[in-house]
Amino acid sequence: MEATTYNYKVVRQFTVMTVVWGIVGMLVGVLIAAQLIWPTFTEALGPLAPYLSYGRLRPLHTNAVIFAFGGCGLFAASLYVVQRTCQTRLLSDGLAAFVFWGWQLVIVLAAVSLPLGLTSGKEYAELEWPIDLLITVIWVAYAVLYLGTIMIRKTQHIYVANWFFGAYIITIALLHLVNSAELPWILGGDTTLMGMFRSYSAYAGVQDAMVQWWYGHNAVGFFLTTAFLGMMYYFVPKQAGRPIYSYRLSIVHFWALNFIYMWAGPHHLLYTALPDWAQSLGMVFSLMLLAPSWGGMMNGIMTLSGVWHKLRTDPILKFLIVALSFYGMSTFEGPMMSVKTVNALSHYTEWNIAHVHSGALGWVAMITIGSMYYLIPRLFGREEMYSTRLINVHFWWSTIGVVLYIAAMWIAGVAQGLMWRATNDDGTLTYSFAQSVSAMYPFYYVRLIGGTMFFAGMLLMAYNMWKTIAAGKAVNDARIPEAVHA
Amino acid sequence: MDAGIVGSIITILFFLVFVAIIWWAYSTRNKDKFEAAGRLPFEEDPTDDNRHA
Repeated sequence: MEATTYNYKVVRQFTVMTVVWGIVGMLVGVLIAAQLIWPTFTEALGPLAPYLSYGRLRPLHTNAVIFAFGGCGLFAASLYVVQRTCQTRLLSDGLAAFVFWGWQLVIVLAAVSLPLGLTSGKEYAELEWPIDLLITVIWVAYAVLYLGTIMIRKTQHIYVANWFFGAYIITIALLHLVNSAELPWILGGDTTLMGMFRSYSAYAGVQDAMVQWWYGHNAVGFFLTTAFLGMMYYFVPKQAGRPIYSYRLSIVHFWALNFIYMWAGPHHLLYTALPDWAQSLGMVFSLMLLAPSWGGMMNGIMTLSGVWHKLRTDPILKFLIVALSFYGMSTFEGPMMSVKTVNALSHYTEWNIAHVHSGALGWVAMITIGSMYYLIPRLFGREEMYSTRLINVHFWWSTIGVVLYIAAMWIAGVAQGLMWRATNDDGTLTYSFAQSVSAMYPFYYVRLIGGTMFFAGMLLMAYNMWKTIAAGKAVNDARIPEAVHA
Repeated sequence: MDAGIVGSIITILFFLVFVAIIWWAYSTRNKDKFEAAGRLPFEEDPTDDNRHA
């Protein structure tokens, strides 16, 4: 018998966990921001201290916010959007449950293994080979679930948000398989407890670096950009109550991103052993990315034309539109930073941290938060969130938090870069490294305040979600309308 | 043919494919089709959707 209702259960599970993991991941972020000011404050924990040192917690923070918070948000959004725009139930409820519980298991394993120091040392791909294998299985299940649902759609056309989600799923599979190719120590006969879980990269030297940053940049490009654009192309029109400004522009946006993003990775390796032509290639492709990025941003923002007044009263829309503004800002900043002469100043400084958080907090987190505020009442049978006023407070805490964070890190980064490159007349360095570290203190305080504000906003969201759920009831009978042929 | 020539040919081909995509997206023949596609998120059971006005 053909299903007559949507699968809201898996969407609901992922939505709730998005908020939970957001709090966990950002709390770790606040902790490490504090450690940079007071490096020894976790030593009070005695025997636990080594597991909570900065080097162990930093990858935990990045993995938690990207793959646990962002990942759950994307699972929730993609599995909701694909059902509603294809007007069909998910391919398989069992597969959906497997993807949910499998992904939670990966997150828990990451939270255990990273503090233990089990890491392959590749940024954003730190998890060791047994977890990599598990991720592969879950990702294939997700791909079958998602693409299979598109195949059984009742609508003629595949709505553009699904194109973005589809590209994300396929590309992440490719990136994960290539970059995580590794040789477990166990194959060399290492049977010590920790050795069993460890591995060497399958690549060596500059090839390893290039593969890593081909992965790293496309994780930014396809996980943190393309996928969240899928979110944007559904939730911005829905919340604004109007179709996307230009559907045709969205098609060009999609293909331009796909054609260009793949080649931008070398900009992470400027002035390294990477051949110069590859560096220039990465820089040129990064500059070209400005065009589709801004086209997409305009497309999202212009969707509001005619209903701009909604921005005054609707804090969910504020989240979504400010997220797009940060998307525009960070996709301008990124190409600029990939210019070799700018990179000579910015690379390895706090400026990178500013750029990353302008994208991660401003764009990714805010578009996710807005989308989750859209979803929560619908998944729990409420007209709206428990408190719209609290959403507004959350919005302002987040916005002010991000601005404090990135402004502090921008100034810190430029100061750091200038201090490192300053030389005396006789060619000696003007500043010692320790002096440049010491100059960071004021900015680190401001960053901690900004980050804490953003984190506190997530606590408000959790409270608001809790009250909404308490007053509502899980919706499991959302009816699929009669097939409408677009 | 060396790798440089092959790479150049592929680059040009990809560029032409991209130009073709733009042409396809903006051809007047497809205008109505894409406008209808853009309304897809709104073609659903109104009783089921509790979006506020």
